[in-house]
Amino acid sequence: MSNATLTPAPKNRSSLRAATLPKWFPWAVAAGSVLLGLGISAAAGLNSSIQWALIAAVLFVAGSYGISARVEGGRQAKDRVATSMVWVAFLLALIPLLSLIWETVKQGVKVLDGYFLTHSMGVVGDSEPGGGIYHAILGTLEQVGLATLFSVPVGVLTAIYLVEYGRGRLAKAVTFFVDVMTGIPSIVAGLFVLSLWVLILDMGPSGVAGSFALCILMIPVVVRSTEEMLKLVPNELREASLALGVPKWRTILKVVLPTSIGGIVTGVMLAVARITGETAPVLLLVWGTDFINANPFQDPQESLPMYIYLQYGAGSDAAYDRAWAAALTLIAFIMILNLAARGIARWKAPKTGR
Amino acid sequence: MDITTDTQKPAPSRTPQPPAAGNKRAGRGVTRPGDRIFVGLSRGSGILVLVIMAAIAAFLTYRAVLAIGEDEANFFTSFEWNPTGSPPEFGIAVLAYGTVVSSVIAMAIAVPISVGIALFITHYAPRKLGGLIGYVIDLLAAVPSIVYGLWGALVLVPHLNGLYGWLDEYLGWTGIFEWNGGAGRSLLTVGILLAIMILPIITNVSREVFRQVPRMHEEAALALGATRWEVIRMSVLPFGRSGVISASMLGLGRALGETMAVAMVLSPTFDITPSLLDPGGGTFAQNIASKFNEATQMGRDALIASGLVLFVITLLVNGGARMIIARRKEYSGANA
Repeated sequence: MSNATLTPAPKNRSSLRAATLPKWFPWAVAAGSVLLGLGISAAAGLNSSIQWALIAAVLFVAGSYGISARVEGGRQAKDRVATSMVWVAFLLALIPLLSLIWETVKQGVKVLDGYFLTHSMGVVGDSEPGGGIYHAILGTLEQVGLATLFSVPVGVLTAIYLVEYGRGRLAKAVTFFVDVMTGIPSIVAGLFVLSLWVLILDMGPSGVAGSFALCILMIPVVVRSTEEMLKLVPNELREASLALGVPKWRTILKVVLPTSIGGIVTGVMLAVARITGETAPVLLLVWGTDFINANPFQDPQESLPMYIYLQYGAGSDAAYDRAWAAALTLIAFIMILNLAARGIARWKAPKTGR
Repeated sequence: MDITTDTQKPAPSRTPQPPAAGNKRAGRGVTRPGDRIFVGLSRGSGILVLVIMAAIAAFLTYRAVLAIGEDEANFFTSFEWNPTGSPPEFGIAVLAYGTVVSSVIAMAIAVPISVGIALFITHYAPRKLGGLIGYVIDLLAAVPSIVYGLWGALVLVPHLNGLYGWLDEYLGWTGIFEWNGGAGRSLLTVGILLAIMILPIITNVSREVFRQVPRMHEEAALALGATRWEVIRMSVLPFGRSGVISASMLGLGRALGETMAVAMVLSPTFDITPSLLDPGGGTFAQNIASKFNEATQMGRDALIASGLVLFVITLLVNGGARMIIARRKEYSGANA
């Protein structure tokens, strides 16, 4: 960059290096196009910030392409356009994602307090302020807890089968269908349990029915992550243990699993985080209620996502505030789970040197 | 993916042991009960997964056949949804149209942007910033769809009015972008929201693929004097193409099955209008969530029938994505 210059190419012929634009060039073009964009908007009487930003962006891309094509040649110019496109993609994606977080936090803190967390909606009308999410938190914890209880053993054992024993057709089929299962829409999982549990066995709505549907969503996630972790365990550890005459099942329980336990716990926590936000199965199978129901085996229960949906459906300002506050609680819960999971992953990562 | 192939290779050398313990090595031929129980348990779990998948297909099909048997209208072409009427009439044409249109819009928006972000993280951003963004994207993938729905309905919909007015003014003559000025609870809004929702998944998978591009390929291109864009076009994108395709299909699978966000944003009607901006239409998943509460036994069976169609579609899309990934593994294994 030392011989960077704005002068056209012929002067540089003697040097081996083609002409390059200085480092500040993009910034200069950016500043110029923002000013021009503002100027054009002011002249044309446009007042939307999106419009002048768009004009500025187009000016920037066109301007840098034009100047760069002149000075540096077409290939460099294309490179600059590609760079701006990648930046535009990134900035464009940032807008909705930041807006989502910003709105949730801003609207959520309005009614989120100790009272909100410790009271139910029992005697609160849809349009009245007050009420809380205690019943929803209780329901979510119970349903997710039950689902975790069912799916972790199945998921971990399946992963052990795939990594330690599995070969041949059965293992291939299991691998494939676990992958496919990952993509089952939650509403379909809900419909399946509905058709089996409610329509055929004639059971009423209950928390445990929802947990069954959540299991279907959780098992494949647990299997996948556990499988990856078990594959990371060095073979030397297994061989050393087997060589000492330890039975295979004890090798798995005492050597393989402890080595990979950090990763497995992380995977389970991420799976829990995923199913905590599921609404559709709860809508079909648990129904939701405004009252506290601590028994997951009988009668409708509430859950946090369901609460958000019901409050949104209620449609009053007070209900919207409650929906945002519940959304903030839900996001906070999921984020904490995610962060904790990642923390554990880092802390308990299998040490290859061991 | 490297690690997978690395650890899978030694597997055959390890695998002959269990059957040997079972039948051949007579000298040591003790099958420990612990082993047998453990193998049984773990294989049982694997089989359970298959049983669940089979049961899903079987029970949905069973209820769906019951419903379609009662259906007086053509299940695939009818524009009606009146399973409780006498005679019951319902069809999935509107739902299929809405599902396909909203997913196509979502893909058209999300795939280029996701690939852009993935390239930004892996090849453009400073290393630290890239790591941070990757982390944020990971967390965004965990945001539940109900929260996206709430945000979409209360924040996104009013903010799209300006864009829709503009589209109507300049492109309204096409018929596709006609807008009557009402709240934008339309298929296009759903498509935009779905794009935002599947962005993190596609970005995550694409980023992983772009990371695995052999360093040598890139350095070779650079040594030939390629610009950064040429490096990406010549070595990164060809290597990552199948990965990006399967990432997109995973995103498509999620977009097809997305329920709550669509149900909260769309104001459904049971007809097909040419305009994407006016409220109307519906998707499979949204229809199930919206109609479930008022559905009787027959209504539920009809919803299950439409759910079966959704199940089959997502099965095909996800299965296809997995096949591409699996085929690619062999490819890269041969090259490495």
